[in-house]
Amino acid sequence: MFTARNKGRFAMTAAVVGASLALAGCASGDPLAPDTDSDAPSETIIIGSQAYYSNEIIAELYAQALEEGGFTVERNYQIGQRDAYIPALEAGEIDLFPEYTGNLLQFWSPDTTATQADEVFAELQTVVPEGLQVLDQSPATDQDSYNVTAEFAEANGLESIADLAGVEGLILGGAPELEERPYGPTGLSSVYGVTVSFQATGDTTVESLLEGIVNVANVYSADPRIGQNGLVTLSDPEGLFLASNVVPIASADLPQEAIDIINAVSAALTPEGLVALNVQSTVDQLGFAEIATQWLTENGFIG
Amino acid sequence: MSLFVDAWLWLVDPLNWQGDGSIPVRIAEHLFYTVLAVLAAALIAIPVGWLIGHTGRGRELAIGISGAARALPTFGLLYLFVMLVGVTLRGPSTVFVLVLLAIPPILAGAYAGLEVIDRRTIDAARSMGMTEWQILWKVEVPLGLPLLIGGLRSATLQVVATATLAAYVNLGGLGYDIVQGIALRTYDQMLGAAILVILLALLFDALFAVLERYAVPRGVRAGRDTDVRTTPAGRRATADVTATT
Repeated sequence: MFTARNKGRFAMTAAVVGASLALAGCASGDPLAPDTDSDAPSETIIIGSQAYYSNEIIAELYAQALEEGGFTVERNYQIGQRDAYIPALEAGEIDLFPEYTGNLLQFWSPDTTATQADEVFAELQTVVPEGLQVLDQSPATDQDSYNVTAEFAEANGLESIADLAGVEGLILGGAPELEERPYGPTGLSSVYGVTVSFQATGDTTVESLLEGIVNVANVYSADPRIGQNGLVTLSDPEGLFLASNVVPIASADLPQEAIDIINAVSAALTPEGLVALNVQSTVDQLGFAEIATQWLTENGFIG
Repeated sequence: MSLFVDAWLWLVDPLNWQGDGSIPVRIAEHLFYTVLAVLAAALIAIPVGWLIGHTGRGRELAIGISGAARALPTFGLLYLFVMLVGVTLRGPSTVFVLVLLAIPPILAGAYAGLEVIDRRTIDAARSMGMTEWQILWKVEVPLGLPLLIGGLRSATLQVVATATLAAYVNLGGLGYDIVQGIALRTYDQMLGAAILVILLALLFDALFAVLERYAVPRGVRAGRDTDVRTTPAGRRATADVTATT
């Protein structure tokens, strides 16, 4: 393996690696930030979505409603998480994106103290970067919530998160990042005096709750599995979680006519309506386009 | 500041070296899954590999199956098994998937090690009156050892890198810091954990490189090196053998 012939090659590899490390050292700030010199906005409205099925359905609602209004739409779905697509929005590569008020506010303003829907929306409008705008927020919400099984709630008399304070041996399950979030174990302890240990159950959170591996689970409030499995969502009287209403984020130069269409869609989308859309995807296994067409027709946007 | 400096600071921060979910705990979890999976895979693949190598039968089948196993997407398989058997058995599911990943290289190393032996050597052993077991243990296994260790080396490298997936099903390991870092945008933590995975891989690789060197039987080493008396400790001969793996 280490013959004399290979020694020269090894030295060269070391030099290349060293040089690239030195170059990487010159880059500053976010290593994943895109180039800022992107192309100018075009006539076509480019709609993005997260890699989250519910978000993609909402994006498809926007897309079909705009097409009905005579706009040309390009779909750029499944971009991933906020870190991936916000820079693309800021660079003008995407024109319209369904977002959630609370989580978006926390992205730009991590130390925010707002928790109620109107406070969050008002503060969000002040932190939006130049070149972007938030349109009207929808009554529909999809936010973090703490859930327990019906049996566990009954056995311990649980209705709100505050009721957890007297319960011993609580294990909280959620995505790995929940461990560090302000509403995670730290927030539970400081706001409600609830002590929990943490398990990073990730995508298996609901299954882990049902199997008893964890006894409190962080599930998005519009997740149909809350209803299907008879989970009890604990109320949050102290506002540990930020309200997170569905809100479109758009480039500042989106035509007024398009804004009117999207605002009308947002107004028509209710919390129950959003859960129903999610059920059509996860239970009825319908395609996103089909679900969107059906909803837009029922609500008088198409036809 | 440079990302690499941040990663270094994350690695040396004493706060990250104590308590639940600290760096030593993550390394221990990572090593646990890696060692367990490679050991289990070795227990299955080595006997089968030797059987194929000794008898010369079933070689096509073994190549076909291990080739197909190499193409299986580990991440998809992990989710599939966790969903099939339930989250309570996620530990065994994860190890099972890693075992599937480790079997092909070990199997290949085991039978290839026996296959490359000069047939005349085995004929000589048989004509001396050795039984089949004696031929296997005294001739074939020692001569095939360097290639077998090469197979274990390659399997361990794949498993140590892939064990990061355990974090996706709540089993910790160094992957946890990477997965959590993606969502929290803590690039220092992600890079720091990635560097630790790389270091573990390099450590295992160095360990196996040494093992491979000592696995070459003395007779083979002396026979291959024509200048035993003038070159220091037959270094060239060892290099030749390891280069073939």
